[in-house]
Amino acid sequence: MTDTSPAPVRDDPGRADTAVPAIELAGVRKSYVSHGETVAAVRGVDLRIGQGEFFSLLGPSGCGKTTTMRMIAGFEEPTAGEVYLHGQSVTGVPANKRDVNMVFQSYALFPHMSVFENVAFGLRRRGVAKNEIRQRVGDILEIVDLTGREKRRPSEMSGGQQQRVALARALVNRPRALLLDEPLGALDLKLRQAMQVELKRIQREVGITFVYVTHDQGEALTMSDRIAVMNDGLVEQLGSPREIYERPATKFVAGFIGTSNLLSGTVTELSGRDAVLSYGDDGRIVVPLREDQTAGAGDALEVTVRPEKIEIVGERPAGGGSAVPATVAEVVYLGTSTNYLVTTADGTEVTVFMQNANNSDDVAERGDRVWLAWEPRHSYAIGGGANGVRGDAPKAAV
Amino acid sequence: MTTTVTSPAPAAPPRPRRRNPLRGRGLQAYTILLVAWLVLPVAVMILFGFNDTHSKQNFQWEGFTLKWYARLFEKKDLTTALVNSLTIALLTTVFATVLGTLVGLALGRYRFRGQGVANLVMFAAISCPELVMGASLLSMFVALETPRGYLTILAAHVMFSVSFVAITVRARAVGLDPRIEEAAKDLGAGPLTTFRLVTLPMIMPGVVSGAMLAFALSVDDFIITNFTSGATQTFPLWVWSSTRTGTPPQVNVMGTLIFAVGVLLAVVNIAASRRRARNT
Repeated sequence: MTDTSPAPVRDDPGRADTAVPAIELAGVRKSYVSHGETVAAVRGVDLRIGQGEFFSLLGPSGCGKTTTMRMIAGFEEPTAGEVYLHGQSVTGVPANKRDVNMVFQSYALFPHMSVFENVAFGLRRRGVAKNEIRQRVGDILEIVDLTGREKRRPSEMSGGQQQRVALARALVNRPRALLLDEPLGALDLKLRQAMQVELKRIQREVGITFVYVTHDQGEALTMSDRIAVMNDGLVEQLGSPREIYERPATKFVAGFIGTSNLLSGTVTELSGRDAVLSYGDDGRIVVPLREDQTAGAGDALEVTVRPEKIEIVGERPAGGGSAVPATVAEVVYLGTSTNYLVTTADGTEVTVFMQNANNSDDVAERGDRVWLAWEPRHSYAIGGGANGVRGDAPKAAV
Repeated sequence: MTTTVTSPAPAAPPRPRRRNPLRGRGLQAYTILLVAWLVLPVAVMILFGFNDTHSKQNFQWEGFTLKWYARLFEKKDLTTALVNSLTIALLTTVFATVLGTLVGLALGRYRFRGQGVANLVMFAAISCPELVMGASLLSMFVALETPRGYLTILAAHVMFSVSFVAITVRARAVGLDPRIEEAAKDLGAGPLTTFRLVTLPMIMPGVVSGAMLAFALSVDDFIITNFTSGATQTFPLWVWSSTRTGTPPQVNVMGTLIFAVGVLLAVVNIAASRRRARNT
């Protein structure tokens, strides 16, 4: 392999060195001076992204996810902190000397070059031999399903095809990591969904670490091995899609990922690791506390529970679960499921999804007084001591 | 129960757009007139290059001849003036294009301290009356005791052409997606390679039109050249001075040839941009 890249351990992308993360960010900060004011875009991010992992940075616009990615790529230098690629600090190393490649949201294809020239650009810069270039470009175009389009100009191609050219142009260099900045943002819904599956397949096929920036939670949940949810320049939560969805660590994550209900109450007692809250006249919420959470009687606590975990019943449910009285405000029939919008005693709106599987009759109608019931293990307490959960200790890279 | 709905008479279908014959003819006449107005002086110039004149003046048609084409370089000082004009125009094009492209890129691409001033200076140089600029150049050269001649003409021409190149390139650079250059960098290209392989090809249309503008401005400039030339003659200066004694037909021939080259370049440019439009 005629690889002139300066870094040594390159031809060994095997799992042997999973101990060394593909990408590591240690205390990375970035602030800009704009109109005489210092604006902090990234306020301290620690991440360890494993070899071959599909890792997503998820957050609303302006949360610092793109800036974080640009610091990995080398287009921005961190104000403080350190970026490591395969254990080596890359401070001061310009983008063109970093062994990562990026796929831009706007694709940023070279408009005056053909598809072949676009894809071959990186290999030519590294002085790869002509016939090897032809071979590798041909191979990668086959992977992205663009064989036979080598001579086309980018402007002669559809958005989805341009997207795949951009992907091929980055992947053909066999980078240590591929950085994708909202690569599907410009595509329509159907194409986007098809490309999500495609990207995942390509990632499995080439086995390269993917760092994926997106504001689309659905996209992040379907594709990622792990997700870092970012907000306001910080990582709010780090975990697998399931962890993030089922156990949002902060109010922000609960609100940002999927539909979430947030109920607040006062702790009346603790039973084991469960906190019991009174709610309304005779309602109660039982919620397990995480190991790092503490709460005592009298503390205010917020509880999240996903809409599909709640059941609507007519009578106060027996047993040790949560039971909250409410009034049905709206019923929306959706075919496979029905959405209920109910209002609790203190006016909080709660959304409930119920599958229309076995009950032919409607569970409740508008204006009915009902009870909401759910298992304690399906709800999570937010707050209570360790509010700011920042960058959980990384799990073994998947 | 049936209800009879009496709908209003269906609206007349939109009338096919018929051309007003009178307007069509009027437009045609107007177009012909305008083209004639533009072409007539050039046609007269070309025609009198073939005039078999025997007097010093070349205003009277005396029959067709090709002898002026054969005796094109007969007048030594006229030939020198033409060569001066052409070499100055070529050198101006090279210098102004290189400098103006860099200025245009900087203005279109980056935000920097003094940008507003730089923009202002560019526009001032364009909008300043030539007479004012010529006179001030002359007083500057006199004050600096610079001997006027070929080099002062060249310096003055580069000076007023740079702004035009800079502005055409800037218009092009503003429309560039900076991510495309970042992509080149990301793929391993250093700053110079990025410029050569990505930035320059993308701003090329602006650079080419800027260069052509610089050449055209320089080759027929009279006013500023007149102030900065000293004893050096250029083609426009020579023609101007000859009007007092009689302009020889060779001037018409040279004018015709310069015009022909200009038309040729314009055609090539149009063909090239059509091909680009097809390819992109």
